[in-house]
Amino acid sequence: MPEIVSTTPGLHPLPDWAKDDLEDRKGNQREDLISGDESGEITEIYATAREELVETQELAGLDRVAEGQGRWDDMLAHPLTVHDSVETGGIVRYYDNNNFYRDPVVTGELTPDGDVAAELDTATAHADSPVQAVLPGPYSLADLATDEHYGDEAAFLDGIAGFLADEAGAFPDVETLFLLEPSLVTSPPETDDEHERVPDAIDTVADVLDADVVVYPYWGALAEKTYAHVMDADIDALGFDLVSAPDDNVYNAQEYGTPEDVALGVVDGQNTRVESPETVRERVEWFDGRTPQNDYGRVYATTNTETFYLPVNRFEEKIDTLATAAQLTEVEA
Amino acid sequence: MTREQFRPDDHDNDHFLLTTVVGSYPKPTWLHRARDRHENEDSSFDDGDFQEAKDDASRLITHEHERAGIDVVVDGEMRRNEMVEYFAGRIDGYEFNGPVKVWGHNYFDKPSVVDEVAYDEEWLVSEYEFTADAATRPVKVPITGPYTLARWSFNEVYEDEETLAYDLADLVNEEIEALVEAGARYIQIDEPALATTPDDHAIVGECLERITADVPDDVRLGLHVCYGDYSRIYPEILEFPVDELDVELCNGDYEQLDVFKQPPFTKDLALGVVDAHDAEVESVAEIKENIERGLEIVPPERLTVSPDCGLKLLPREVAYQKMANLVTAAREVEAELDAGTVEIAAPQATAD
Repeated sequence: MPEIVSTTPGLHPLPDWAKDDLEDRKGNQREDLISGDESGEITEIYATAREELVETQELAGLDRVAEGQGRWDDMLAHPLTVHDSVETGGIVRYYDNNNFYRDPVVTGELTPDGDVAAELDTATAHADSPVQAVLPGPYSLADLATDEHYGDEAAFLDGIAGFLADEAGAFPDVETLFLLEPSLVTSPPETDDEHERVPDAIDTVADVLDADVVVYPYWGALAEKTYAHVMDADIDALGFDLVSAPDDNVYNAQEYGTPEDVALGVVDGQNTRVESPETVRERVEWFDGRTPQNDYGRVYATTNTETFYLPVNRFEEKIDTLATAAQLTEVEA
Repeated sequence: MTREQFRPDDHDNDHFLLTTVVGSYPKPTWLHRARDRHENEDSSFDDGDFQEAKDDASRLITHEHERAGIDVVVDGEMRRNEMVEYFAGRIDGYEFNGPVKVWGHNYFDKPSVVDEVAYDEEWLVSEYEFTADAATRPVKVPITGPYTLARWSFNEVYEDEETLAYDLADLVNEEIEALVEAGARYIQIDEPALATTPDDHAIVGECLERITADVPDDVRLGLHVCYGDYSRIYPEILEFPVDELDVELCNGDYEQLDVFKQPPFTKDLALGVVDAHDAEVESVAEIKENIERGLEIVPPERLTVSPDCGLKLLPREVAYQKMANLVTAAREVEAELDAGTVEIAAPQATAD
């Protein structure tokens, strides 16, 4: 059995007191979402909540601690919705969920911004455990946004990838970077050109960091052609959502191989039913056993999706499950 | 037809564009305060006090709809906290674990299904009876549909959401039978989740078959679906066993209107003519233009006029003014239809 490293893809649920406080102080409407230049009382609420998110993970004993992305009101679109060259349009649906975000309309050059890097500065200062950075992958962020500046899809993806690379370049020392790429599953590239641009965009971001880079697609499995192109990227690990599509994911790993490490979505990030640590181990073993041709150095065990879909109590139970599952294997090893 | 029973006796025009609302309405600030006090364990504000507050609010908002001139009114769902939570709290098999995010800083207490669902206490019969008693106009009952109750919950025990939805459909059916027995003649089933997962329209159709199987012909049944891509569920939704389809099109400036032109629309159309998420009140002239967009789809005798969606997130005075302008606009369009000065672009009804 390979080494199991327990983690999450970030975007954690805010503590309930912070939900209440922010709702009271910021309001319920579109204009009440985060601007990136919030101050005073609002900053304080977010800061306390973010510290709590880190503490909760350390208490659970996760091997990688995410910043928690408590400020990401617009979920994965956040790095754009706080950017000066972006205007936020109407409220649009977030994938096939009952969740919505402000449509980020890019109206100018995506210059270095530093918003995510500043969050990580705080997290690394607070955390005793290794910190994991989280960013939307370039393909997904471009998919979530509207371009009114770059002119065509290729230039837009380049612009987004360059922007994310600048952001990652400003990060403090982190152990791991998760690049979340659900759009590679939900709205995959179609043409050859579009496919070829995917690994280039990922490399643009991955190459600037010394950290281990994990590309993490979810809500299904990558189409075979997409998978083959993602495998061209220079990454340390690739993700597999074993909750929503175990068989298709294992097929990809069998047919096309994997990077040395893999990230396995083994706990349901969108259901309150809590898995046991044994279930986590069984799912990891299942994947490992069905892909004997691959010799994994490390398996990141994670929820299959971001975790803000969950109520706080179940989120905490689920990260306990992941941490315990990883600790069980450490004892056995 | 089921709609003629709702024409007011003193209606001035020959034409009748039925005006109504989708359901929710801003709660008076004092009702929120009453709820807070009721939830506070240290407060002496007991169940009886809170019940009285809800009764007062229900009466007040029902009359507010009547004052705006709405033909078929509701009580603004004053007794309901949220469209899934309210029902889940009354069904055996659900539990609550805490709030989850919908967007921005909007949260709801998304329930978990942890056991087989079963009918427990009544859902809406007493709400209907109270409102009907308070109202001088006919009352509509909005009820969250089984598909949305299933999809917008965490399903911990059922094999899939489809199975859960069918079990919930049986419970909704039980409630609707009780509502009909109590005298309800206009029931609107809310299925906003269909917009999230349009490929599931067949499941919604099957749910509706179960719900409506024994509903008498003189009961008007509507289906409300909002905030989605209607081309992905049209024309399939024409097969649903309801009289009226209620859609949100004003928010998107009627960009999706053409979806309903081919094949021709065969149900009654309840058209959103004011935006439920924009605090600017549309003028009467603007709403009249919106109503006339509806006449591109159906003739006047099959057109119902309503807001896009529930008005509860708007400031109360804005919500009221939107309703009042909606009614004025509808009456003016009726008069112009009587005079023959408005064009009806809808295709002529075919025998079917």
